[in-house]
Amino acid sequence: MQTLLIPEIGHFALIIALLMALVQGVMPLAGAATRRPLWMAYARPMATGQFLFLAIAYLCLTASYLLDDFSVANVANNSNSLLPWYYKASAVWGNHEGSVLLWSLILAGWTFAVSHFSRELPRDMLARVLGVMGLVSVGFLAFVLITSNPFERLLPNLPDDGADLNPLLQDFGLIVHPPMLYMGYVGFSVVFAFAIAALLGGRLDSAWTRWARPWTNIAWAFLTVGIALGSWWAYYELGWGGWWFWDPVENASLLPWLAGTALIHSLAVTEKRGSFKSWTVLLAISTFSLSLMGTFLVRSGVLTSVHAFANDPARGLFILVLLGITVGLSLLLFALRAPRVSHQVGFNWLSRDALLLINNILLIIITVTVLLGTVYPLLLDALNLGKISVGPPYFNALFVPLTVLLCLFMGLGPLSRWKRMDGRDLFKRSWLAGLAALLIGMAAPLAYGGEWNLKVSLGLVVALWIVLPMARDLWTKSRHSAGRLAGVKRLSLAYWGMVLGHLGVAVTIIGVTVVSNYAIERNVRMGVGDSAQVAGYTFTMTELASRRGPNYLADTALIEVKRGDSRREFVMEPEKRLYIARGMPMTQVALSPGLFRDLYVAMGEELEGDSWAMRLQYKPFVRWLWLGALLMAAGGIMAVVDKRYRRAAAVRDSKSAPAARAREATA
Amino acid sequence: MTRRLLLLLPLVGFLVLGSFLYLGLSINPFERDSALMAREFPAFELATLGDPDQVVDESLLEGEVTLVNVWGEWCPTCKQEMPQLLDLAERGVRLVGVDYKDTRDKGRDFLDTYGNPFEINIFDPEGTLGFDLGVYGAPETFLVDRDGIIRYHHTGYITPVDVRETILPEVEKWR
Repeated sequence: MQTLLIPEIGHFALIIALLMALVQGVMPLAGAATRRPLWMAYARPMATGQFLFLAIAYLCLTASYLLDDFSVANVANNSNSLLPWYYKASAVWGNHEGSVLLWSLILAGWTFAVSHFSRELPRDMLARVLGVMGLVSVGFLAFVLITSNPFERLLPNLPDDGADLNPLLQDFGLIVHPPMLYMGYVGFSVVFAFAIAALLGGRLDSAWTRWARPWTNIAWAFLTVGIALGSWWAYYELGWGGWWFWDPVENASLLPWLAGTALIHSLAVTEKRGSFKSWTVLLAISTFSLSLMGTFLVRSGVLTSVHAFANDPARGLFILVLLGITVGLSLLLFALRAPRVSHQVGFNWLSRDALLLINNILLIIITVTVLLGTVYPLLLDALNLGKISVGPPYFNALFVPLTVLLCLFMGLGPLSRWKRMDGRDLFKRSWLAGLAALLIGMAAPLAYGGEWNLKVSLGLVVALWIVLPMARDLWTKSRHSAGRLAGVKRLSLAYWGMVLGHLGVAVTIIGVTVVSNYAIERNVRMGVGDSAQVAGYTFTMTELASRRGPNYLADTALIEVKRGDSRREFVMEPEKRLYIARGMPMTQVALSPGLFRDLYVAMGEELEGDSWAMRLQYKPFVRWLWLGALLMAAGGIMAVVDKRYRRAAAVRDSKSAPAARAREATA
Repeated sequence: MTRRLLLLLPLVGFLVLGSFLYLGLSINPFERDSALMAREFPAFELATLGDPDQVVDESLLEGEVTLVNVWGEWCPTCKQEMPQLLDLAERGVRLVGVDYKDTRDKGRDFLDTYGNPFEINIFDPEGTLGFDLGVYGAPETFLVDRDGIIRYHHTGYITPVDVRETILPEVEKWR
């Protein structure tokens, strides 16, 4: 099917977007440096224009996919006429070229949002922020156009049909996982731009933090959801029930998350106490740098990973140069311009300031640990010391104890006071909760599993140690003369955000602990009529059938599941699919999800005599992993809608109203 | 002053990491080529495309520098590669084809339509030889020296530029 010029229109729109980004990157920064309002005024229209043209380019590519235009190489390699329309639309970002285009579109979207919602910013600040984001955008759009043009045509010999989307990616998880992740990665560019603007303009005060904080929280929330979706997708799609593999690409998304978590805490200190300024700026730069490095690791092929896109050293070099320029210049600027006067705001070693400092130090140690483990194979290889791979044992051995340590301080955080507090007071507020956490945590494995289990106890104690002191704090803080309800209403949304965020961490820890220690897995051979028991559930294969999907053939097993002696039965239907276009077999897992347990059935290989190797799994509390992540994200968002930021908007409105009247008068 | 120097630390750390990443770019973690380089061409015994009764083996490749090209009728890129292969044949390079995962009729039709630069075509319908060669897809091309040792491996489509800048110099080098 010939669809005429749609790809060319998209290509052309992409070029216009690059030119606009260039203007947006140069004029406002030059204007801010030379104090020319006219030049600074380029920032907002260019941000709007860039977003508009990138949206056009993106829609053109999507249209080529939906219309099956296989003369476009990108469509021919990643789509197929049999693919359902929603996978055609999501296949746009299931490949390198399209996903960088999405990355750029999201960056333009964030830029547009900043230009729209940050009108109360001083003019030069806004000009610098948008200018920096424009420059980042120039780098990425040049990358797309020079090395990864998604609109390249296959002419004159166009294929009759496309090679199809990788079946692993034909899934709801893939539809939502990358956009969420990119929203997070790219969202950190906003606080990065704020940090650079602050260094350039020499303005780093609590107003600055108040502007930067909401953007950071939102980006962090998106990244949290993105990582959780990735873990969830791996869990049900890859067929062996794992939810985190310490794969380099997973680590690449975890690194900015860890640094970003440190950043949102350090921003809190900078806003409330005016200290940690240089540190906050450094974290803002590092967080976005780690996002960029993640992009490099995924797309350059320097590391082996299940997720990596096709190897292309030319692309790798381009991103590395981009990374070098962006991060190198930012860190140089940091070294030259970081707040000069180290006016230390004093604080006692027993205070919220100190606890947050410890939080930051631990999070950075964890980040560095994960970073080292991720690039260590590369370091050894580069030094000719051989090829190794660093696996889960390394990461678990370091990540788990460091996280436990972090959580010990985290439990005290919400109880503590800024600047200084009395040790006896802190003890008074926390001893009961601590004791309860210890007792319940030690006893729970005995009640649940029937025997002592130190690992489970440790996980539960830590989780309860986060929740219980916070619950007590909530109880005290909501005390009010007009009754408890009035007291709860009085609590700020920012406080609730913190509570939810910390609760989320505890929920995730409980999920990790229980599923890691109490999951049961059985590999059995099953034919029609065979039964197997796992964790009190009886699985009986009642039928084997063949089915036909839109672009695949499938062998389906019908498995009847019954718990204990109960009469209630339900059917699970795992499938083994063969995707026609690529001739690729795929395992489609059958799941019976629940808040306290998942049942997980996957078909393995076909065996002789009409039977199959089946993998039956019982996964207690696995949902808590992702539920915790959702709570964390909700906490991040809730802190943003706190009235403190809305007040800023109200002030802006009242300020701009007379100004608008004045403008009308002069007009 | 010391504080300024301290502030330079992140930059230094990044530069060290960046240089490793740069080194990493030149290393292929999959090491595809080294597995085959300087090894003997894998042993095989297969019929030719033209004659089902004529069986050839790896000795076919001895005595002269040969380009072994893996192709198939089902592969659109192979069609685009044909002019370059015909050009190479015209320049006196010996070419042997491997008709990979194909049927005899389709393979012959392909050569009738797009020209035949090959001295002989090995017919590999099951892909056994392709498997031993570690072929990911078609087209792929192997340069085999007069002793039957693989000296160069080209993955994917050979462009006119590749002909001039890599293939011909490699052929000359091993002649």
